[in-house]
Amino acid sequence: MHKLEFRPFDIEAIRKDFPIFATTPPLAFLDNAASTQTPRPVVEAMDAYYDTYRSNIHRGIYRISEEATEQYERAREKVAQLINAPRSRQVIFTRNTTESINLVAYSWGSTNIGEGDEIVLTTMEHHSNLVPWQLLAQRTGARLRFLEITDEGLLDFTQLRDLLTEKTKLVAIGHVSNVLGTINPIQSIIEAAHAVDAKVIVDAAQSVPHFQVDVQQLDCDFLAFSGHKMCGPTGIGVLYGKSELLEEMPPFLGGGSMIRSVERDVSSYAELPAKFEAGTPSIAEAIGLGYTVDYITQANLAAIHVHEQELLKYAHQRLEQIEGITLYGPAPHQKTGVISFNMEGIHPHDVAGILDTHGVAVRAGHHCAQPLMKRLDVIATVRASFYLYNTIEDVDRLYEGLCRAQKLMTRRKIV
Amino acid sequence: MNIYQEELLDHYENPSNYGTLPRCTISHEEDNPLCGDQIRLDLIVEDDIITKVRFSGHGCTISIASASMLTEEIQGKSLTEVKKLSRDDILDMIGIPLGPVRIKCALLALKVLKVGAYGIKGWPGEENE
Repeated sequence: MHKLEFRPFDIEAIRKDFPIFATTPPLAFLDNAASTQTPRPVVEAMDAYYDTYRSNIHRGIYRISEEATEQYERAREKVAQLINAPRSRQVIFTRNTTESINLVAYSWGSTNIGEGDEIVLTTMEHHSNLVPWQLLAQRTGARLRFLEITDEGLLDFTQLRDLLTEKTKLVAIGHVSNVLGTINPIQSIIEAAHAVDAKVIVDAAQSVPHFQVDVQQLDCDFLAFSGHKMCGPTGIGVLYGKSELLEEMPPFLGGGSMIRSVERDVSSYAELPAKFEAGTPSIAEAIGLGYTVDYITQANLAAIHVHEQELLKYAHQRLEQIEGITLYGPAPHQKTGVISFNMEGIHPHDVAGILDTHGVAVRAGHHCAQPLMKRLDVIATVRASFYLYNTIEDVDRLYEGLCRAQKLMTRRKIV
Repeated sequence: MNIYQEELLDHYENPSNYGTLPRCTISHEEDNPLCGDQIRLDLIVEDDIITKVRFSGHGCTISIASASMLTEEIQGKSLTEVKKLSRDDILDMIGIPLGPVRIKCALLALKVLKVGAYGIKGWPGEENE
């Protein structure tokens, strides 16, 4: 199996781990907030499972099944270490952030939220941290309340005191906005929520891949993230929860693996984490996620953050030179490597389409954050987002592509 | 072939039949939830013939250009005849290969027509009549 050796943050070496960048024509992949590329060591680890010990976990009394179980559980330990979870059984494997949040909404929500209770969100939430709470509110008669944002794209803290009351049972908040890149000061929100006895779930899909997140330091009650936004495979996500909460919660999905004993009419359930992992999980993907944790840990999360900041500052400098461009969100030092913008008179889809012809992959649309689009008073934006393998040349290519789009489109009348 | 070729850009720059008809027989609007593009069609139909058509709304080059081309295509034709217009007819008009996301941009105007004039719901090519 591929063994990862330690190395300093060396962009050239890192890029060699991603075969997609060796292809021509060159690809400036700037859609990392949607999903990232996967390095060879992670793909090789998953291949090794398929090629040498493919079997189900937790059941087989034979060598390769035991190896699969060991690798699967080792991945859980690596994830626990990454986020500094006290015990690995507090790490539940799910399909993705969305499933993690839905697990909490159904399981914890069904026994802890009732009529008249309030759930506090922000206007910058991704739909995955909004719709599950809408559904819960519809089932229970609870009420959703929103912390608004300022024009700079920061949370408006002046409202927090009014929003958090004895009615507040849960605060569901994104650590980092997927559209604006804003890093929210969630530690103080968590403290304020706990002061009124509310629980806090953190949507960490955009934070765990980009900087060190410590669940014990944050003291969050739940935290959710996905493998595929941190160089890992699709189909694997994580829910972290405090032990006492996870233990009290009823199961989410019923089936194999999550039971202790099953009678005709009633069952008793397995201990954590199995209670929340019904059915055969994404074994290869979980193992891949373990190797992903190794990869980004060895690349060094602090170094990744510094690298993204450099790209972001340079991108801000270059893009601000373009006439008619509007950048959304706060200054680079208040965000991760995300830059959302619009060009006057050019539809975001057209900007993205023209960039594609120039070898630049960006996202255009509402980014699953329609309430935020409404707040910004736009239909959609173009979003470029960076990760550890992006280069200054990628930013230059983005800039050139935008100049090309402007040349092509701005002599045109817009209907 | 490039999406941003001259013919499409010309339709985007100077769309045919852009506007609204205050007193029309059929008026319908749809949007594309993926990107927020919005197209409205106003038709005046006399004895089954579309005598006047206007479109309005906002969208990318592909949505606006395909709406513009569609209005040119259906002007003066009968509703019965126009009902036969298919997804492939629109893609032929656009004349360039489109990926699965941009196809929705190209088909938005036809969707507006099909829902508004015939009550045929769903995206052209995958309707539930």
